[in-house]
Amino acid sequence: MKPERALERRGFLKGTVGSASLLALGGCDNLTQSNWFPSILQKAERLTEGIQQAIAPASAMAKEYGEADISRMFPANGNTDPGTEEYAEMVKKDFADWDVLIDGLVKTPTMFSLAAIREMPARTQITRHDCVEGWSAIGKWAGVPMGDLLRKVEPLPTAKYAVFHCADVDDEGVPYYESMAVADCFHPQTILAYDLNGRPLDVPHGAPLRLRFERQLGYKQAKYVEHIELVESLADIGGGRGGYWEDQRYDWYAGI
Amino acid sequence: MNLQSSTSPVVLAEPRSREVEPVGIAPSNSAVPGRAIHTERVYRHRLPVRIGHWLNVVCLFILIMSGLQIFNAHPALYWGDRSDRDKPLLSMQAVKNESGEIRGLTTILGHAFDTTGVLGYSNGMRQGFPGWATVPSARWLAMGRQWHLFFAWFFVINGLLFATYTVISRHLKKDLLPTGQDLKQIPQAVKDHFVLRHPKGEDAKRYNVLQKLAYVSVIFGLAPLIVLTGLTMSPTIDAAFPWLLSIFGGRQAARTIHFIACFSFVGFVVIHVSQVILTGFFNNIRSMITGYFVVSHEGVKP
Repeated sequence: MKPERALERRGFLKGTVGSASLLALGGCDNLTQSNWFPSILQKAERLTEGIQQAIAPASAMAKEYGEADISRMFPANGNTDPGTEEYAEMVKKDFADWDVLIDGLVKTPTMFSLAAIREMPARTQITRHDCVEGWSAIGKWAGVPMGDLLRKVEPLPTAKYAVFHCADVDDEGVPYYESMAVADCFHPQTILAYDLNGRPLDVPHGAPLRLRFERQLGYKQAKYVEHIELVESLADIGGGRGGYWEDQRYDWYAGI
Repeated sequence: MNLQSSTSPVVLAEPRSREVEPVGIAPSNSAVPGRAIHTERVYRHRLPVRIGHWLNVVCLFILIMSGLQIFNAHPALYWGDRSDRDKPLLSMQAVKNESGEIRGLTTILGHAFDTTGVLGYSNGMRQGFPGWATVPSARWLAMGRQWHLFFAWFFVINGLLFATYTVISRHLKKDLLPTGQDLKQIPQAVKDHFVLRHPKGEDAKRYNVLQKLAYVSVIFGLAPLIVLTGLTMSPTIDAAFPWLLSIFGGRQAARTIHFIACFSFVGFVVIHVSQVILTGFFNNIRSMITGYFVVSHEGVKP
């Protein structure tokens, strides 16, 4: 190869590699912004959910840790204070008037007071909280198994999802909500928690009640739960995708 | 030097067609003037290998860059199961110095480095990796995850098909697994690589021992490692297969290994692409597209 040609080729190479990667990057951004491409990417969620449910038995328990493993500082993410007047009132009265309505596709819609929930048989578990951002924290949660609450209200066979309506709203006034399969509510580690590390939940961590849905990521663990609604479809709730974060393109199935 | 015994088949798949094209006089900058040279076209990469290779290029490109987008949501690494924020193994931060200027600071095992403009702080933004290294380029964790988890499936399926193919087609045994003879050549191969001396003639038809070791360890070591550590970050998978947490040392340790494996892939790609360029870019690229590779022989046409 003659030296000039080698140089030419080198220049060509640099140009090709450089513009190819710029094109590819710009291409990725265009695809991300397009109407059609994200819905193709989203298909992977169903595949992941299907495969994970096929290989992970529904009864598989999330690892439980020892007291020594508990994080010294358990970070609070997302909304750390609902900030509404009603909620501030509740905080003042130490949540004495807090209650949770369970209704929707159930035989006997019931209002549970916080005191009544605290009197039910409790479950305590030291588990790992995996935030979608990548960090993990270990905490000791105590609460009432969701299964026990649901057995009291008797879900109808048509009830597919439990929707957790929360007391917090974001800066634009959009209320926070989450949802999970009714079947997952009956997993022994799925609890409506009121204590963290032996103390009543504080406001940043979701006082007075938050969901612990172990085996899925942190954004599924709804805080400030005030209303649980059993439904057949998620389409008519919020943005229709099953949760506040899901409406912002996070996967509903948060097993990974 | 010819390492093959006379009975062994031609390495890198039997040439389907062998067209020998006389080229005439050797160029003055290589061989001894006046010595004859001829080229031979060999069928080097079979179709499944070519398809698998290019799909993998797309997957790795997107997986690495969307992975960095996800990493940017919490640009720190830990060991064990939990993130003790006061004890990261690695962290990227934006910090204000005494004069009030924001600097990017990367801390690795307690050693801090100023990485302003690249890591920690770039383009006037507090971010681990800069926008040009992430997919999407703007900070957008939800979409980074969508890209990553979609292409992770492609990577896994393509990888499984490719690995199965290499075994069934005997590509693994014939072309990829180093022989005992190969292993003895390691010191010589290392020397040759350092002085950029590349195999010619018959030797250029097969992979050299360092190439074989690199390919085999990436396909059967690094790729499974990055998939398994990725899965260990899944709380559902951890519930079903708790031994994954034990073998990798915890979820945060798995995340750290996933990150290191990612940069091992980056290292592999850098070396691989520079070798592709150094040993004849167009010939190499053509062989991975059409399958045909041109080998030059010195001396009299056989």
